[in-house]
Amino acid sequence: MEKKNKKNTQDKQSETLRNQAEKRKLTPEDFQFVGKNIEKMESISRPSLTFWQEAWRRIRGNRVAFFSLILLITYGVLAIIAPMLSQYGFDQQDAYNMSQGFSAAHWLGTDSLGRDLWVRVWMGARVSLSIGILAAGLNTVIGTVLGGFCGYYGGKLDMIVMRIIDIIYGIPQLIVCILVMMVLGSGVKSLVIAMIIVGWTGTCRFTRGEVYRLKEQEFVLAARVMGESTFMIIVREIIPNIMGLLITNLAMAIPSAIFQEAFLSYIGLGISPPQASWGVLAKEGTKMMTAAPHLLYVPAFFICSTVLALNQLGNGLRDAFDPRLRGAD
Amino acid sequence: MAENILEIKNLQFSFHTYGGVVKSVRDVSFNVREGEILGIVGESGCGKSVTSQCILRLNPEPPGFFESGSIKYRGEEITTKTDKEMRKIRGVEIGFIFQDPMTSLNPTATIGKQIEEVFVGRKDISKKERKERALEILRLVGINEPERRYRQYPHELSGGMKQRVMIAIALVGKPSIIIADEPTTSLDVTIEAQILDLLKDLKEKLNTSIILITHDLGVIAKMCDRVLVMYGGKIVERGSVDEIFYETSHPYTAGLIQSIATLNTDKNQKLIPIDGTPPDLFAPPKGCPFSARCEFAMKICSEALPEEYVLSPEHTCSCWLRHPDAPKVNIMKRDTKEGS
Amino acid sequence: MKKYILKRIGISLVTVFVLVTVVFFLARLMPGGPFNDPKMSATAKENLSAYYGFDKPVFEQYLTYLNNLVHGNFGYSTKYPGRTVNSLLAGSFPFSADLGIRALCFAVSFGLVFGIISALNRGTKIDLFFVIVAVIGTSVPDFIMGALLQHFFAVKWGLFPIAEYKGFAYTILPSIGLGFYTMASVSRIMRASMLEVVQQDYIKTARSKGISKFRITWKHQFRNAIMPVVTMMGPTVAAVLTGTFVIESIFAIPGMGKYYVESVQNNDYSLILGMTVFYGTFLVLCNMVVDILYGIIDPRIRVAEK
Repeated sequence: MEKKNKKNTQDKQSETLRNQAEKRKLTPEDFQFVGKNIEKMESISRPSLTFWQEAWRRIRGNRVAFFSLILLITYGVLAIIAPMLSQYGFDQQDAYNMSQGFSAAHWLGTDSLGRDLWVRVWMGARVSLSIGILAAGLNTVIGTVLGGFCGYYGGKLDMIVMRIIDIIYGIPQLIVCILVMMVLGSGVKSLVIAMIIVGWTGTCRFTRGEVYRLKEQEFVLAARVMGESTFMIIVREIIPNIMGLLITNLAMAIPSAIFQEAFLSYIGLGISPPQASWGVLAKEGTKMMTAAPHLLYVPAFFICSTVLALNQLGNGLRDAFDPRLRGAD
Repeated sequence: MAENILEIKNLQFSFHTYGGVVKSVRDVSFNVREGEILGIVGESGCGKSVTSQCILRLNPEPPGFFESGSIKYRGEEITTKTDKEMRKIRGVEIGFIFQDPMTSLNPTATIGKQIEEVFVGRKDISKKERKERALEILRLVGINEPERRYRQYPHELSGGMKQRVMIAIALVGKPSIIIADEPTTSLDVTIEAQILDLLKDLKEKLNTSIILITHDLGVIAKMCDRVLVMYGGKIVERGSVDEIFYETSHPYTAGLIQSIATLNTDKNQKLIPIDGTPPDLFAPPKGCPFSARCEFAMKICSEALPEEYVLSPEHTCSCWLRHPDAPKVNIMKRDTKEGS
Repeated sequence: MKKYILKRIGISLVTVFVLVTVVFFLARLMPGGPFNDPKMSATAKENLSAYYGFDKPVFEQYLTYLNNLVHGNFGYSTKYPGRTVNSLLAGSFPFSADLGIRALCFAVSFGLVFGIISALNRGTKIDLFFVIVAVIGTSVPDFIMGALLQHFFAVKWGLFPIAEYKGFAYTILPSIGLGFYTMASVSRIMRASMLEVVQQDYIKTARSKGISKFRITWKHQFRNAIMPVVTMMGPTVAAVLTGTFVIESIFAIPGMGKYYVESVQNNDYSLILGMTVFYGTFLVLCNMVVDILYGIIDPRIRVAEK
């Protein structure tokens, strides 16, 4: 890194100057001692930035990730305000305007029951996005706390939790989801619970591994030698070190939660109509495929673009938080 | 005097990078004689590994490329060969031992397979013969139970053992030159001594030349016949081992020698580090690359490159202090022979 | 190696046991009984309950169920009286399995090939193309992919049959729809892994031996790069096989998915139980096979567990 800092300090025209110097005549002055000049060599260094400033700077520098972030924020804002600003209700049927295409009255057309698709898409976004964020967020929190304890303290708790994870991991996620959904009935709450029951294991395993690795590292030992309490060690030394990875993990977990909701709604276990979610809309769309293909295209576009943006943002975040890449542009 | 089997002249090798062209090797010339051990010493990033990998064309090309110069192995030009032609030289004519035995062996192939691979594509050696050669070489590098090791995977071997396997791979094709790039840096001191003894021993037995790259002057003193001191992509001093240690004439070499402890070093005496870091080869300084860190830097040093002054048939030094008009100074602050 | 395999089998058996137990008791917790037809009289319901053994204590039912399972009997359907779960499975599982295997083969082979081509042509337009395919592929859920494929290739352009499952041409669209997501992620992982391996020191060692580029790529780069792909095969097999449910409904394939969804909607206890247990066990076993396979491919695991 230091190497790069200095690159601008060196004279760009060194080649030509060197040639000139070789030709010039030597005078006694040339042989006067000037001594070391290390300060000049290392004078310019980049201004130091905090972890977050640096990460933010790099996310902004990454065009794809930055655009993804903007897109996701836009979706979020529209999901909140679009249904409120529209004159239509999400379940308001209109027998005279069924399966209409895009128009000024109905921006994204209407579905097979004449409901306004623009409103339904954003009502669906509320459900899909909040399930995605809730499920992924809670999974991350539970997984991190449990994984952190297991990794830091080890022992019996660790062993028991790991065996439980082995078993949950062995059972296909969707089967557990389906079973839980059948017991609890459909709806956002049961969807989130079902996803949490299976979802925390991944984060837990991962956090455990990271914490286990970190606690053996010299800087943690140093903190312990200096008499920091366990709590402070976790808060000050370990969490900042896994923060980046956790955020990346979160960004990558939301798409899979959105996929799962869509899947469960599709087979009729998730959200049930007239409630809308992107999965429900896509399911309704596939039924009307031949007559009104836009009913599938529209929700498909929103599911895919959201997941795409989240994946790209996740990649960008991974790069931004990777300390090995710090300073490399 | 023994014949030169490798002649390198005015070699310049650079890399294209996002930041621009990095000039890693700048106008380097040297020869390797039959049956000698040639040491190349210098700090990390001084171009010694790149230079050695140029000889086998192991640097990735692109982004690396030859700007100018020639490398002749037994009269054959290396720099213009195609990859296919290079394959006839790699492993068979010139062997390479890498720095880190832990990562330099393929984790998913057995030791035997990795050694025998040198013979792949050569029809004159039967399968049985290949195995015999591999076992023989394993025995030669001092691995006991070669039959068992032959079938094992790298992770089943200790670090020293892995380096022996690396040496076996470099040797099995019976090359005339072995390039050893910091072969002992990642090993324990006791293992280091064993490996160095082994290399020296094998050199005697097989009469191969060795190019030994290291940053450890102790290794140089123990092993080498001649030494090249590299700095900032250039050779700043060269000579026989005795000349380098006892008639040190470049301030950088002097700095290197004074920064290591020897058994003679008084415990109260301070070791003298060289301040600063090596120059950035993105845009090398127009003068002597060492001038910014040199205590004896003169005005001219940062302005023009010194020429190579010949001090004896073997000994040369690129430093303005050797210019007839330059003031005479004692560049050794500490007398390494007696202590002060 | 033996110990490693035994350990895998042990974990898998425990997993299956837990799965059976959890499924059994969860199924009992479900709202609504199996016979909620309002036209049915109370006595008829009681008779039926007695016939299927639902009047006995739950724990006894559980033991009976376990005993039946051990003997390979998955129970009776309450929706299709007289039919056993076994016969339903026998009629539908082959379709699901066939589709799943085809999709997996498609996903893995194309994913690997795309990933390798991409990595070997790093930075070129070919690379960019495959990267974009992979990025898009991992953003489209399988049912949308299936529906779109059906809409364009079958309905609009008539290149393939629209639905059902009666020959090779019928299998192409569902297999691609089901496998596309996995193909994209395999290709992404393979590309990243190939690029990482090529940086490794042992590739340089291999080059220093004077062997051909082709051999370096296959024997050294590929062999090591495929490890991460093998690691993710377990979850992948599960993902592809669960995905068959929706693909089956889009393409009207008479596989397990149809019965599964129906049994859920009808509270058909034994059918849900039977299919979940069968399906879960099958996936657990797939996972186990993948784990063991991984041990065989990666010598480091083979020896560490000796």
